[in-house]
Amino acid sequence: MANDGFDKFKGSHDYVTSEALRNAVNVAIALKRPLLVRGEPGTGKTLLAHSIARGLDKRLIVWNIKSTTKAQEGLYVYDTVQRLNDSRFGDKDISDIRQYIKLGKLGEAFASKEEVVLLIDEVDKADLEFPNDLLNELDEMSFYIPETGETIVATHRPIVAITSNAEKELPDAFLRRCIFHYIEFPDPALMEEIVKVHFPDIRGNLLRQALATFYSLRKIDDFRKKPSTSELIDWIRVLIASGTPDEAITADIPFAGSLLKKETDYAYFINTFMKKKQTTGTSDN
Amino acid sequence: MFTNFFYTLRERKVPVSITEWMTLMEALSKGYISNLTDFYYLARAILVKSESYFDHYDVAFQEYFKGIKAPPEISEQILSWLKDPFNRMLLTEEERALLDIMDLDELLEELEKRLREQTEQHDGGDYWIGRGGTSPFGHSGQHPTGFRIGGGGGGRSAIQIAEQRQFRNYRQDLTLDIRQIEVALKGLRQLNRTGPEDELDLDKTIDATAKNAGDIDLIWRRSRKNKVKLLLLMDVGGSMDPFAHLCSLLFSAAHRSTHFKDFQYYYFHNCIYDYVYKDIERRDGVSTEHILHTMEQDYKVIMVGDAWMAPSELNSVYGAIYYYERNYKPGIVRLKQVADHFNHCVWLNPEAPHYWNESTITMIKKIFPMFELTIEGLQQAVKKLIVKR
Repeated sequence: MANDGFDKFKGSHDYVTSEALRNAVNVAIALKRPLLVRGEPGTGKTLLAHSIARGLDKRLIVWNIKSTTKAQEGLYVYDTVQRLNDSRFGDKDISDIRQYIKLGKLGEAFASKEEVVLLIDEVDKADLEFPNDLLNELDEMSFYIPETGETIVATHRPIVAITSNAEKELPDAFLRRCIFHYIEFPDPALMEEIVKVHFPDIRGNLLRQALATFYSLRKIDDFRKKPSTSELIDWIRVLIASGTPDEAITADIPFAGSLLKKETDYAYFINTFMKKKQTTGTSDN
Repeated sequence: MFTNFFYTLRERKVPVSITEWMTLMEALSKGYISNLTDFYYLARAILVKSESYFDHYDVAFQEYFKGIKAPPEISEQILSWLKDPFNRMLLTEEERALLDIMDLDELLEELEKRLREQTEQHDGGDYWIGRGGTSPFGHSGQHPTGFRIGGGGGGRSAIQIAEQRQFRNYRQDLTLDIRQIEVALKGLRQLNRTGPEDELDLDKTIDATAKNAGDIDLIWRRSRKNKVKLLLLMDVGGSMDPFAHLCSLLFSAAHRSTHFKDFQYYYFHNCIYDYVYKDIERRDGVSTEHILHTMEQDYKVIMVGDAWMAPSELNSVYGAIYYYERNYKPGIVRLKQVADHFNHCVWLNPEAPHYWNESTITMIKKIFPMFELTIEGLQQAVKKLIVKR
């Protein structure tokens, strides 16, 4: 692409991206719109923001959303109790309200001198109205503090990445303003690259065996929670550390507990797979 | 630029708005695009906001850029036929049971397949799409679960179904908005002060501070939390197909509501038997006994269903419409168990009340207080759920 300034994000050395994802990120940066990322758990939604920050060499501000988070908290908090408390001693000038205004994560991102990456993590955790409450601030990239009469305006529009687990539907008005990307579960080829980023010296045979086993486990629909990328990485780490022989990986599936996190899944796995192994094992002999 | 693509997308039911289209135009005018692949990703990222529409987008994209008209135009007709509940009502019990055997996707797939295989007009016979005959597709036919595609109806079911257009208006009156449902569900609220003392009690603080001669004395209290737990049990498939949209609205509203202490949902088909299911396809089963054992009786239960089935499905052992259910307790016993276990239960019925004298509906109405699935009915149901027994 000839246009300079568009192809900004190319992934970073420790985060492998697909073309579609790179494109979405670059569109979001160029159009200065928030990027909404959705996908299965463990596909690296949160890590994407870290990667953008590293890839573009910018500071990352993370705003973790909880079920009790209010939009206002992201802008600023006026600490009235502190002010009241200080009023008793007279050692501070409490008429200056500004010292009791604490900027939230969004406010911090706006007030920052340089361009930053702002990650709003798991936006769907909060109340239904939460995203709508932020619409104006994200559009205008400014907000007004009535207590001090100040307006905080972003000197550089932050690059905003928002992740969602699709636990709740997001309001349409909010969606309209976002650039959307769905992180698909990586195919084996991409997964190989991802694993290599984490374990540059991994032996080819071990990697092949591990991936084959991993994808065959993912094919089992009866699991409540299918193993995802982060579980695979953990599992391979254990495999390397334990020095398991390669041929045992597919045959025994050792340390399956690090792949299957739900008790029911693990029990199911032990019951079906291990039993099958025993019966086939005896017929081999 | 590409304005027709916008309409192609909308035709394919991708919910694209003008705002998003203008954003795309902005992106295009900045010259970021050098080839069609770039455009594909760019347009998708800007225009489509849910992965569930990616497939629609792909179809529209192909259609627009390759000039290929995708075939299943006709499926729209079939879907709208199925969505009109009166079409189903006019079928006999047997016919409805037959329709339930074939699932909709199967039927559509088969239809498309036959459309492609068939190259000439076809009358009579029992396989090809055409006039007369007993193939499930075509018009003037006699096949009980068949669809009439255009043309005049010949068979009894087709005529009656097609000509009952006056009911359409009635259906449109029944517009439930997701927002309205949420507001109605907000009524399900019993506030209790629980948890840590983390809320400043301003009145008491002022009192205490005044008594303390102006020295601040902070009084904290527990915050008020809703203690209502909701269990939603929904009838899906078969005779509920016409109401699928309505039910999905109710489900989204309940799912989006954050004010419940806990929200659980299960699906069933026609009646509750030995199992209820976590998914609409009814593959992930949980035994009804397990539900009754593990869930406390203070869950508020909302049952959703038309309560309309063959009496044997409700009263007989092994009466379930699917042979593999093999229920060893009749459905009605299971329903009574649910109603007995939980303190507060209601049944929401999407069928209009003047059908409620159907035999199975009357029976179920005796077990559960029944309300119509409209805003008014929902409000009444919520009131019923909140009163003390």
